[in-house]
Amino acid sequence: MNSTTMMLGGGGKATNDFIKNYIIKYFGNVYLNDLRDASKLKTNGNISFTTDSFVVKPEFFPGGDIGKLAVYGTCNDLAVSGAKPKYLSLSLIVSEGYSLENLDKILNSIKLAVDEIDVKIVCGDTKVVERSEEPSIFINTTGIGELVVDLNNYNNINIGDKVIITSDIARHGLAVLSERNELNVDTEIKSDCCNLYKIFEHVGYEGIKFARDATRGGVAAVLNEIKEHSNKGFLIEEDRVPVEEPVKYLCEFLGFDMLEIANEGVAVLICENDKAEEMVGKLKELEIAKNARVVGEVTDSKKVLLKNSYGGIRVVEMPDGNLLPRIC
Amino acid sequence: MEMISRFRDKDIVKLLLENIFKETETDKIYNIMEVCGTHTMSISRFGIRGLLPKNVRLISGPGCPVCVTSQGEIDMIFELLKYNDVIAAVYGDLMKVPGSDGRNLLDLKAEGKDIRVVISPLDVLKLKNEQKKGVVFISIGFETTNPATAGLIEVIVNQGLDGFYILTLNKTMPEIIDILLEDKELNVDGFLCPGHVSVMTGESLYLPIIKRNKAAVITGFEPVDILYSILDIIRQINCKNFFIKNNYGRVVNSIGNEKANGLVYKYFEPADSIWRGVGTIKNSGLKIREQYKYLDASERFGLHPSDKLEIDGCKCGEVLKGKILPNKCNLFGLMCTPENPVGPCMVSSEGACAAYYKYEI
Ligand code: SF4
Repeated sequence: MNSTTMMLGGGGKATNDFIKNYIIKYFGNVYLNDLRDASKLKTNGNISFTTDSFVVKPEFFPGGDIGKLAVYGTCNDLAVSGAKPKYLSLSLIVSEGYSLENLDKILNSIKLAVDEIDVKIVCGDTKVVERSEEPSIFINTTGIGELVVDLNNYNNINIGDKVIITSDIARHGLAVLSERNELNVDTEIKSDCCNLYKIFEHVGYEGIKFARDATRGGVAAVLNEIKEHSNKGFLIEEDRVPVEEPVKYLCEFLGFDMLEIANEGVAVLICENDKAEEMVGKLKELEIAKNARVVGEVTDSKKVLLKNSYGGIRVVEMPDGNLLPRIC
Repeated sequence: MEMISRFRDKDIVKLLLENIFKETETDKIYNIMEVCGTHTMSISRFGIRGLLPKNVRLISGPGCPVCVTSQGEIDMIFELLKYNDVIAAVYGDLMKVPGSDGRNLLDLKAEGKDIRVVISPLDVLKLKNEQKKGVVFISIGFETTNPATAGLIEVIVNQGLDGFYILTLNKTMPEIIDILLEDKELNVDGFLCPGHVSVMTGESLYLPIIKRNKAAVITGFEPVDILYSILDIIRQINCKNFFIKNNYGRVVNSIGNEKANGLVYKYFEPADSIWRGVGTIKNSGLKIREQYKYLDASERFGLHPSDKLEIDGCKCGEVLKGKILPNKCNLFGLMCTPENPVGPCMVSSEGACAAYYKYEI
């Protein structure tokens, strides 16, 4: 058998074999091995709880794959809400005919990611659906983390607080688009997909008032979301926003706004004014945050504004969800 | 990128602004039209409007190819997909433009219509191998993009490829510039002339402008380009000495690209075309020549643009002609937003309404 068939999700022997030969082989741990109907877990105090589904196409792209993304994505949501990721569920929806070799590669990549973050997969599910076009795979992960500090409370944000971006932006979106051959240009750009919990492990929580990862919709979406809920505004300095030259160039060329492009390893931190520069210094000690910068501050304008180097100011709108290259 | 950063240099921008302030006469109003949609976007994106003296007004012109496409022409795309099982290849800008019934191509795609976004016309050739349906390239654009469509036709013809058709909605600039110049109400003193279009046409396109004692400055798309050209226009107005100036010499030469133009007119001939909010303008569009008629999607699928007007309340026509600023349309930002657009000016990446909505403070 070198590709999935409907048998695999049928609940019989094939399912059992799959769980044994793949799932337990990769992710076996004290919670999972018993294959209980539901796992018995232990946590201390408040938990954070989140879920996300991953449908990225193609499933392998420069710098990552759907498996790695499914782990990092959910764990990063826990990390930026102030929690330490502890447990994950893993649900696979695969269409019949999907290559088992690829599935194995994806599971292996999941395994590496969960080990790195030190999170355990404690339950899961596999379904096989009828094939319609190209065989594909979707993954859902749900995560539980132990809440250390609440970093998602909009009331903590004050005018004058600084905005930090922890890494250079817009790599993930461009990497996926170019792998899909939608850009018609050869790029070396790799996804920034990484474990953001490392950041908090390294710098702690002191001085950080709010955090969010800038995934779909990029930095523009995050800032607009915070603006809406906090009733404050932002003034961001364009020159300070970390971005690699090839990324910037490609965005110019295609008419994309780099602030609207998806990331997988970028957090936006809102930090007490007088702690911000020190925080950036500490962040830079980490490989994944070596390009961290203070990019602007919280204002009372109720708008997200971007100021360029000669003082021109423009609004940064909430992206409308569709990255479409321009006509000429 | 270095090429770009020189034209975004902070100190040069500062110097240019100082000169603009110095040379602007306070008792005059300077009405400057940017003809090109990419200029409109740059101006808004770099916050240039807010940096200028109050009496230097930048007015957006007709230069967004999607925005000038009439409702009837847009509806043709919907007709095509409704009655034919074809692959439609479109530029990204078109996906959110609503047809008369309010639905857009994203809606149709979700319903199962085969619509693909392409970046360049030659991408269209790749689509054929996947399926045996006909492929229709929806060709929209001005002088800048017209040669690329002609290039696609050349490949199809030379290689004798089957099953490719072109729906030609292309337009040309000279005629609309004439109309703007004849408009008594439109009080423009000078034009920022489109850099990309000029690459193809050269400078002669703007002769009618200076003949009417208005400034014409060919301009690139970076802040330094734009401010430098605004300064030039202010100077021409101040001393009433009007001439065509090419400030985009790094890309545009005075005679244009004869080879590209040759290619365009090898496959196309001038034809009347309906402009959104303006109506039919004689010889302002392109039609596939008789010899290659078999590639013409409107012939193959029996499509004809209706004379449908814009959706009620949409003031695209007024915006395109520079009569009103986008935010003076009653629907702006209320009934008409980029997520829920009424007119193409609000969704095209070069549309004036989109530029105002997205970027202007
Ligand atoms: S705001 Fe909308 S309705 Fe009004 S002119 Fe612009 S596109 Fe048309």
